[in-house]
Amino acid sequence: MKMTAFTRVLTAGVVALGFALPAAAKVDVQEITSPGGINVWLVEEHSIPFTALEIRFKGGASLDAPGKRGAINLMTGLLEEGTGDMDARDFTRATESLAASFRYSSSDDAISISAKFLTENRDQAIALLRDSIVAPAFNDNAIERVRGQVLSNIRSDVNDPNAMAGRAMAEMLYGDHPYGSDESGTIESVTALTRDDLVAAHKAAMARDRLYVSAVGDITPDELGRIVDTLFADLPAKGAPMPDKVTPRFDGGTHVTDFDTPQSVVRFGQPGLALEDPDFFAAYLLNVTLGGGGFESRLMQEVREKRGLTYGVYSYLADRALSQAWVGSVASANDRVAEAMSVIKDEWTKMHETGVTPEELQDAKTYLTGEYPLRFDGNGPIARIMANMQMMDMPVDYINTRNDKIEAVTLDDVNRVARERMDPDKLTFVVVGRPQGLSN
Amino acid sequence: MRKLIGAAVAAFALSLPFTGPASADDKVSSFALDNGMQVVVIEDHRAPVVVHMVWYRAGSADETPGVSGVAHFLEHLMFKATENMEAGHLSKVVAQNGGSDNAFTSFDYTAYFQRVAADRLPLMMQMEADRMVNLKLTPEDIATERDVIIEERNVRVENSPAALFREQKRAAQYLNHRYGIPIIGWRHEMEHLDRKAALDFYKQFYAPNNAILVVAGDVQPDAVHELAKEIYGKLPANPDLKPRARPSEPRQMAERRMIFRDPRVTQPYVSRSYMAPERNPGDQKDAAALTLLASLLGGSPTAYLNQKLQYDSQTAVYTSAFYDGQNLDETTFSLIIVPSEGVSLSDAEEAMDATVAQFMKDGIDSEELARIKTQLKAAEIYARDDVGDLAERYGSALAQGLTIEDVQSWPEVLQSVTEDEIMAAARDVLNRDRAVTGYLMIDEKAPTHETSDAPEVTPASQPASQKVTQ
Repeated sequence: MKMTAFTRVLTAGVVALGFALPAAAKVDVQEITSPGGINVWLVEEHSIPFTALEIRFKGGASLDAPGKRGAINLMTGLLEEGTGDMDARDFTRATESLAASFRYSSSDDAISISAKFLTENRDQAIALLRDSIVAPAFNDNAIERVRGQVLSNIRSDVNDPNAMAGRAMAEMLYGDHPYGSDESGTIESVTALTRDDLVAAHKAAMARDRLYVSAVGDITPDELGRIVDTLFADLPAKGAPMPDKVTPRFDGGTHVTDFDTPQSVVRFGQPGLALEDPDFFAAYLLNVTLGGGGFESRLMQEVREKRGLTYGVYSYLADRALSQAWVGSVASANDRVAEAMSVIKDEWTKMHETGVTPEELQDAKTYLTGEYPLRFDGNGPIARIMANMQMMDMPVDYINTRNDKIEAVTLDDVNRVARERMDPDKLTFVVVGRPQGLSN
Repeated sequence: MRKLIGAAVAAFALSLPFTGPASADDKVSSFALDNGMQVVVIEDHRAPVVVHMVWYRAGSADETPGVSGVAHFLEHLMFKATENMEAGHLSKVVAQNGGSDNAFTSFDYTAYFQRVAADRLPLMMQMEADRMVNLKLTPEDIATERDVIIEERNVRVENSPAALFREQKRAAQYLNHRYGIPIIGWRHEMEHLDRKAALDFYKQFYAPNNAILVVAGDVQPDAVHELAKEIYGKLPANPDLKPRARPSEPRQMAERRMIFRDPRVTQPYVSRSYMAPERNPGDQKDAAALTLLASLLGGSPTAYLNQKLQYDSQTAVYTSAFYDGQNLDETTFSLIIVPSEGVSLSDAEEAMDATVAQFMKDGIDSEELARIKTQLKAAEIYARDDVGDLAERYGSALAQGLTIEDVQSWPEVLQSVTEDEIMAAARDVLNRDRAVTGYLMIDEKAPTHETSDAPEVTPASQPASQKVTQ
């Protein structure tokens, strides 16, 4: 229920966080193994008396069992709603008394837990956190209350043009695969979930074989090792298998969902690239020039700065655990959106055919290499970056080598990748609104 | 709050620090330049990064009637050409240096910021100082950027019935003060914003004696002071800057109620906002009491409304109480209830009122208050992890008439508030004759669209952030 802030830079940046992480900062990462055998990345930072701990369980809502869409989302929402003999209120009171902060969330690719706790009462905070992870109570009254909230959220999104466009795009690209529907589930699927479904979801999604942990703050390696064993030793060793990878279906068409609202919301995209792909960094650099979030991108210049057709237009490489896409978004008044889409298609085609200039490539490199170290500017941000890196199988030294990889890309590389990997014929649009003058 | 900030700062024609570092933990220093520009430096040496912000004591509530949205329009236009830079140059240089930049406009201020490697600070200052006085606008800039802000209004407001509802409700709340007019502007006035309106606002308000510089990160205060003197110190003060005086609200003599219907609504709710006092310099006690009242009533799962209406009775799927005391002028204290399925809005409102009445009888749960105060204390520790947030805290407070001392004493003021003071504040403020109650409802009669299982709304977990970004 949070209002999204519209800062042009952040919108794309946040998405990028999932894959193109850390680089040349003064970050001293220690890779440690707890006595119980759990790997953790740690940055000691003793100047502020608290620790930020980031936990990931890979798989997330994509592990929903068939017919149980929304189970993992609802289960995650219940982790803080009571454990053992504590009900939801007891748990919240106990957490508040310690001034600890635990945030639980799920996405298509992971369950994420972000914890912050003070040094002075760390052990008590960890005991609470442990119970919420290992022994959530799933009390019936808590289930009903949280189910009501989830249903309310689902209802709230039903007519939100942004959410509608996201759903339409996902469904078109991924169909019955978990990526093809909203992880919250539908009114029907969530209404039908039972306590047994939630217990099963917990077992499937929160196991040690998919666990990634990082910590930054006022804590030593020994203390951290002891803590992670406390937190996770009692979880099952093995969870549900990961779903299959999926190829998104970009058909090159324009798909309109009619909806009576003044401004059409558009998603567009074509097939993408994975981080392991040798051409990934070339494509990543291309995208900075194309629509990578700043005012300087070609899409922002052509659609917003020159023509005033939109407040924001972005593109990004969505490298997810099970699928890759190169996607973007724009919104324009119903009578102007056709022109915005036409400009986007033209720019896509132009970059495909003629690539970028040496100056554009240099600007993109300077931006990416300069921006990278700036991400490492707080305990919370560093811990998040490290947890995501681990989940993507990136080595610690990626932080030091990432900028070199970007510098190594040549103009020939990016322009070859533009020719080979950008595909205007596959560029597909999804529109929610009452667009005027769309040709197909 | 009606303090003569501009004049007060101009009178401080000193370039000596007038406040030293507040405490060992809070590495904040401050000084003023000869031309009246106030400077705040916050040190954080953990990462080689700096946040550079310039805040103007001018927001949408300082606009002239008839040109609503011009403060925000100008904020967009500030990224166009100057006498020395071509359009987009500043953002381009920031991006080339790996940084990020943006700007935002609120009722009481407009702010511009960049986040860059610490050694790029002088460059940022030069560019920001340049556009403070050398903006050059073409007719094409005006026409194109006006289209952009209208699309921005479409994104933020026209496409969202909840946002339209909040806008109408705010207009009903303030009869005379410009807090009732949206920051982004009324659409019919935005369509006619022109070059003259933008430049009038610029000339009136953009000057060093109406600005606050905040530099936060891996910097030394002395070095920042020298740089600021050299770069911003050269800019001329605006001798015609007037005290900030806005029309105030008349006595409210009747409860106000409104019903907003839209076919796009899928999750109806009730929102109530009471007029309430704001934080004032040297006088923050009432605001502190209201801040704690909001926490006690609806700030967490253990708060009173949540407990009674979500846990005990399951009347609501969501309740919240919200108060933002940091405003130049009179603000609001808000309650929201999103009813459970099958509960009508009027039943929900009645339950909310009955619960508030019960709270007034029961008084405060001392343990709950103690927990809230513990969390507030810890929040100060956690806050040190984000120097950008700290920069915003100081910049916005100073732009809204508070002082550095007020910012630094605020945590203590919060700790010092007693149960009696909170109850007294509650009795003063929770009066429906000084409130607006709004229902956001589904418009059953309107034509539906083809998506079969449709409807929308963001039950604002809190009143949507009252600022608009570039």
